[in-house]
Amino acid sequence: MSRMLLAEFADGRSLLGAARELKQKGRRIIDAFTPVPVDGLAELLGVASSRIRVIMFIGGIAVAALLYATEWYTAVIDYPVNSGGRPLNSWIPFMLPPFATGIFAAALVGLITLFVTTGVRLHDPLFALDGFEHVTQDRFVLLLAQPEGGGVDEETRAFLTDRGALRCWEVGG
Amino acid sequence: MSAVELQTSDAPRWSLPGVRSYAAVDRLVTAPLIEPAAWSWRGWWIAFAISAGLTGVFLVAMLWLFLTGIGIWGVNSTIVWGFAIANYVWWIGIGNAGTLISAMLLLMRQHWRASINRFAEAMTIFAAAIAGLFPIMHLGRPLYFYWLVPYPNTMTIWPQWRSALIWDFWAILSYLLFSIIFWYVGLLPDVATVRDRARSPFARRFYGALALGWRGSARHWHVYHVYQMTMAALAVPLVVSLHSVVGLDFAASLMPGWQETIFPPYFVVGAMYSGFAMVVTLAALVRWGLGLQALITVEHFNVMAKVLLASAIIMGLSYATEWFMAWYGGARADRDLVAYMFTGPYAPLYYAQLFCNVLAPQAFWFTPIRRNIWAVFLIAILINVGMWLERILIIWMTLSHDYLPSMWRLYYPTIWDWLTLLGSLGLFATMYLIFVRVVPTISMHEVKKDIVGEEARA
Repeated sequence: MSRMLLAEFADGRSLLGAARELKQKGRRIIDAFTPVPVDGLAELLGVASSRIRVIMFIGGIAVAALLYATEWYTAVIDYPVNSGGRPLNSWIPFMLPPFATGIFAAALVGLITLFVTTGVRLHDPLFALDGFEHVTQDRFVLLLAQPEGGGVDEETRAFLTDRGALRCWEVGG
Repeated sequence: MSAVELQTSDAPRWSLPGVRSYAAVDRLVTAPLIEPAAWSWRGWWIAFAISAGLTGVFLVAMLWLFLTGIGIWGVNSTIVWGFAIANYVWWIGIGNAGTLISAMLLLMRQHWRASINRFAEAMTIFAAAIAGLFPIMHLGRPLYFYWLVPYPNTMTIWPQWRSALIWDFWAILSYLLFSIIFWYVGLLPDVATVRDRARSPFARRFYGALALGWRGSARHWHVYHVYQMTMAALAVPLVVSLHSVVGLDFAASLMPGWQETIFPPYFVVGAMYSGFAMVVTLAALVRWGLGLQALITVEHFNVMAKVLLASAIIMGLSYATEWFMAWYGGARADRDLVAYMFTGPYAPLYYAQLFCNVLAPQAFWFTPIRRNIWAVFLIAILINVGMWLERILIIWMTLSHDYLPSMWRLYYPTIWDWLTLLGSLGLFATMYLIFVRVVPTISMHEVKKDIVGEEARA
């Protein structure tokens, strides 16, 4: 495990400011853990624009098309019924089930994509850190990569404290 | 003005000073879940005993129905739909508002919704689940309900896709499953908070499993946000289509009064209206029961009453459209039906419906009434009653007075009709009472972001 520095803040704005300056100094920011989403953080971390919507769209359309194909096959090919002279392929009423089902399918595909991208793991090594349980409550934690070798990084610590960090601690090594 | 400033200036309206810090929000919302000893649960147990008893009544009514058939209800050869379908439409209407509040108000950036969306969504799921039972109960031969599913079978037949019953099946199923996903995803960061605050090993494991390792990573928040907004954008058309399909269950027929061009939008409005009224009712109860006065403020009731007022006006307009189109269309059966509504044997109920749904909510024009929680609560209950009357009268009026005078009959509810309705309320209350003990009733991460906001440290 490479060395990492964690800095804890009381609010998102201080964390964002400190992260921005550190990035300009050329430091690599690995991640940040916050109780509420902080606008601008994802851009700072260089998170690529999520493709989740595209995947949801494809999944939803695919399931809707599959259901429509089922309707068409059963009503036109396999079991044609003359229902009051309506066309066998009554596409307008046939749209209703694929519409609802397609939306549900998009939601489900999106949920799976969300879990795959975020990588569900019930236990993360970070959970073992003392005080990390506050990142889901009232603390904002910044995770920085530390250069290999070298001792305690007093300079960065002093900088972070100056920018409002409540405490810093190093892990790994 | 930037978005942040807007949020900050908004905060005083939607929360009381006591909760304007992240820690205070967490403490207030999670206390009933992880510090149960600090509370007196006597009222909860009394409510639970009553609602569990009513759930028992529901089960007995259902069992008796399955054993003997739908003859136990007041349905007859003319009024083939009765309480079951009215209950279905009423419950599914209530089941619409949670998602509407979450989705529509989220897309419109109405931050105050953060205080109410969680328990409104829970209401949606329970109400939609109960609603889904009624068409099955009403089938007559409920054991064959799976024939709605297209599967290769030895009879070599397939479902009739032009039937409203089939549309209903897919719409309800999709909507219910969609709502569960939407609700659970909204819950994810909050159960993580409960996990991290819980002291008992069982609670930590239970909420830990539900939270799926959520740790508030900025990378995760990014995807999460995109997903939630997309879900909200998908939810709105789904809700509208679901309730249009419910309207088409009626309007796809050729009965007087069940107009294809009026019913779908009319049902969507009615659903939103009754659902919103139920949200107001539950908001008052949850606020009082869990001591959430600091997060569900008078101001919330003020705006919700405004929504109800607007809906009441649209509702009145819908009724007027029905009357006007019956006259303007000129068909004798339609005109007779409107006369029958105002003068027939069901007329007192119809006047009660108009009073509850159109007249009573006009009180919301006055600010002191909108800011009086008791008044808003009572009018919301009136609206719920009025909307149920509307649902039953849509069925009774038309079926009692269709084209063939020799077929005209009235509907006389039986004891089993009433017990089924009452029992379904009990089932709803039971599920809801369990919900408030297990799940954070207020969306903590959204309240923290949208209402408490950056002001937390000021």
